[in-house]
Amino acid sequence: MFLKQTKKLETQIDEYLDLVVKGGLVFKLGMKCYLEGQMEEFENHLKDIRKIEEKADDLRRNIEIKLYTRTLIPESRGDVLGLLESIDKVLNITSDTLLEFSVEIPHLIPELKPEFINISESSIECLEHTVGAIRSYFKNIDAVRDYIIKVQFYKKVTNKTAETIKRTIFRTDKELSYKIHTRYFAFHIERIAEQSEDVCDRLSIATIKRIE
Amino acid sequence: MDISIWFFISSGLFLGWSLGANNAVSLFGTAVTSKMIKFRTAAIIGGIFVVLGSFISGAGTTNTLASLGGVNAIAGSFTVALAVAISITWMTKAKLPVSTSQAVVGAIIGWNLFTGSPTDFNSLTKIVSSWVVSPIISAAFGFILFKIIKNTVLKWKIHMLEIDTYNRIGLVIVGAIASYSMGANNIANVMGMFVEATPFSDVNVFDIYTITGTQQLFLFGGFSIAAGIFTYGHNVMKTVGSDLYKISPITGLTVVLASSIVMWLFTSQSLETFLLKNNLPSIPLVPLSATQSFIGAVIGVGLAKDPQSINFSVFGKIGVGWVVAPLTAGLLSFILLFFVQNVFEQKVIQPVPYEITHSVIQKLKEDGIETEKINELVGERFYHSKIFRNEIMKRNQYSNNEIYLIFHYAIIDSFKVDSTLINENLDSVLFSDEQLKELKNHHGKSFNHKIDFEKTIFGSSDLWVKTGNKLDDKELEEKIKLVENLFRITIVKFNN
Repeated sequence: MFLKQTKKLETQIDEYLDLVVKGGLVFKLGMKCYLEGQMEEFENHLKDIRKIEEKADDLRRNIEIKLYTRTLIPESRGDVLGLLESIDKVLNITSDTLLEFSVEIPHLIPELKPEFINISESSIECLEHTVGAIRSYFKNIDAVRDYIIKVQFYKKVTNKTAETIKRTIFRTDKELSYKIHTRYFAFHIERIAEQSEDVCDRLSIATIKRIE
Repeated sequence: MDISIWFFISSGLFLGWSLGANNAVSLFGTAVTSKMIKFRTAAIIGGIFVVLGSFISGAGTTNTLASLGGVNAIAGSFTVALAVAISITWMTKAKLPVSTSQAVVGAIIGWNLFTGSPTDFNSLTKIVSSWVVSPIISAAFGFILFKIIKNTVLKWKIHMLEIDTYNRIGLVIVGAIASYSMGANNIANVMGMFVEATPFSDVNVFDIYTITGTQQLFLFGGFSIAAGIFTYGHNVMKTVGSDLYKISPITGLTVVLASSIVMWLFTSQSLETFLLKNNLPSIPLVPLSATQSFIGAVIGVGLAKDPQSINFSVFGKIGVGWVVAPLTAGLLSFILLFFVQNVFEQKVIQPVPYEITHSVIQKLKEDGIETEKINELVGERFYHSKIFRNEIMKRNQYSNNEIYLIFHYAIIDSFKVDSTLINENLDSVLFSDEQLKELKNHHGKSFNHKIDFEKTIFGSSDLWVKTGNKLDDKELEEKIKLVENLFRITIVKFNN
C-alpha cells in the first residue's frame, strides 16, 4: 500500500520533469518559427508552453503538498522542494522569454538569426541536462556529477554565443535603442542557462549531503 | 483478597512506567528523531507490541529481579522495585538512557547488603562486563553495517522515495519486534515478584481460552510500560537522536538493525541450538543489555559516517548515568528497606535456614576454601543470613566470593525423590530409559542440601556426566534442572 503511493508520487515527479523538458523543446520550436517568420505557429507554441507551465505548476504544488503532509524523505525534503521550485523558475523564464518575443516582436538582423538558433539550443541543452541531473539525484546519485559538468559546459557555450550576439549588434550602425533591444533578448535566453546552472549549484550541495 | 497486594503492585507498575519512559528510545528513538515516524504513531505501535510481548511471551522469561540474589519477601520486592523505578525515573528526568539491568543490579545489591545475603560476584562481574561489552560489540556492528549499506544499498539505483518507504517500513517492523521483546523480557522485572500473590483469578474466554491470573498481571504490567512510552518516552529520545548524534533516516535504521542483530546473535539460545544441531560453529552467548547495545550502535554508525558529528560530551554524560543509576538504585534500596522494615514493620526478607554439614565442608575444601575455623559450626542451624554471616566472619575473614560459596552450599534446599512423580512429569523422549530407571532407584531418599542431592543423584553414575559436546551438555543441564525442580520440596528457590 505504502509502496503504491510512493510509486504514484515518483511518477508525478517524473511527469513534472517531463513537462519541464517538453517546455524546453517547445521553446526551441517557437524560436525557430519566430526566426523564420512563421508567426501563427509561433503563437501556437507560445500557447503550448503556457499550458505546460500551468500544468507543471499544479503538479509541483501537488507534489510539494504530498511530500509535506506525508512527511516523506524528511532529511532531503527541503532540498527536493528547493530543486523543484528552482527548476520551475527555469521553465517560467523559458515561457516568459517566448511571451516577450510575442509582445515586443523584436526585429533581428539576418546575420544574427543563426546565433539566436544556437543560443536557444545551447540554453535548452542546459535545461535538459539539469533535468537529467535532478532525475539522477533521485535514483542514481553517482551520475549527477556527469550531468552537472554538461550543464556547466553548455552554459559557457551559451555565454559565448550571447557575447557574440552583443558584440555583433553593437558593431552595426543601427540605433542604440535597437541594439539594446536585441541585447535584451539575448540576455533573456541566456538567463535560461544561468538559472539552470543555479539549479545545479543547489543540486551539488544536496548531492554532497546525501552521499556524506 | 488482601488489599495490600495492590499497594505492593503499584511499585511494579511505577517501575513499568519508568522503564517504558526510559527505554522507548531504543525502540523508536531513531525513527522519531529522524522524523520518519511521528511520536504518536511510534508510541501506539510500541505500546501495542509491548503489551502483546508481556502478555504472550512474558511468562516464559526467566530474567527476573531475582537473577542476582533471592529477594524472597513481597515487601522486599516492593522496595527493590521502588528503588529501581525511582532511579530510572531520575535518569529519565535527566534525559539519560539507562538499562533496566543496571538499576536492578544496584537495587538487589542494596537488598543483599541490607539483609546480609551474599552477592554472586561471578554473575555480577558478568553483568557489569556486559555493560561495557554491549556497546563495544554494537558499535563494531553499527560501523560495519553502515559501511555495507553505504556501499551497496545506496549504490543500487533505487528511487529516493522508495528507499524512504522501505526505510520507514523497516523502522516500524524492527521497532515493533524490539517492543515485543522488550515487553517479554522486562515484564518479569516489573511483575514477576507478584506472581505468587496475584490478586486476579483465571478468566475463561468463551470456554476456548483461559487467561491466567499471571497473564492478567502481566497485561497490567504491559500497560504500565506502554503508559511510560506514551507519557514520557519522548524525553530521552532527543538526547540520543539529536544531542548525541544527528540521526538521519538511513542511519536510524542502521542503528536499530545493528543493535537488534547483535542482541539476536549474542543472546539467542535458539540460534545457538540451531547452529550446534547443524554442526556449525556457535557464537558465544554473552549477556547483553538492549539500551547499551543501542547507544553503542549509535556511536558505531556515527563513527562510520562522520566522527566529528558525535557529541562526545553527551556520550560522557550517558556513561556517567550508567554508573550513577546502579549506585543510586543500590543506595535507595538500602535506605528504603530500612524504612520499610523498621518504620512500616514489613518483612523484607523471608528467613532462609542455613546449616553447615560435613558434606558442605568437604565441598568447600574441594574448592580450596579454608574450613578449619568454621568446623565448629557444623550441625548448627541459622535462620537469619545476617547472623550466619557474622558467625562465619567472626571465625575467618573470607572474601566475598568465598562467603557466597559457603552460603550457596549451606542453604537448606530440600529434595525428596518420589518415583511416582517421574512417569508423570519427566518426558520419556527427553530422558533415556536408563536415566529414568536410575532416578527411580533413588526413591524415597531425601536431602537437605542441594550439593548432597546432586552428589547422590547425578554423581553416582555415568549417565549424568558431561560429554564435552556443547549441545548434549546443554540438554543435560536442562534435564538436571528439571529433575531438581521436580523433587525440590522447600519454598526456597535459589537461583542456579
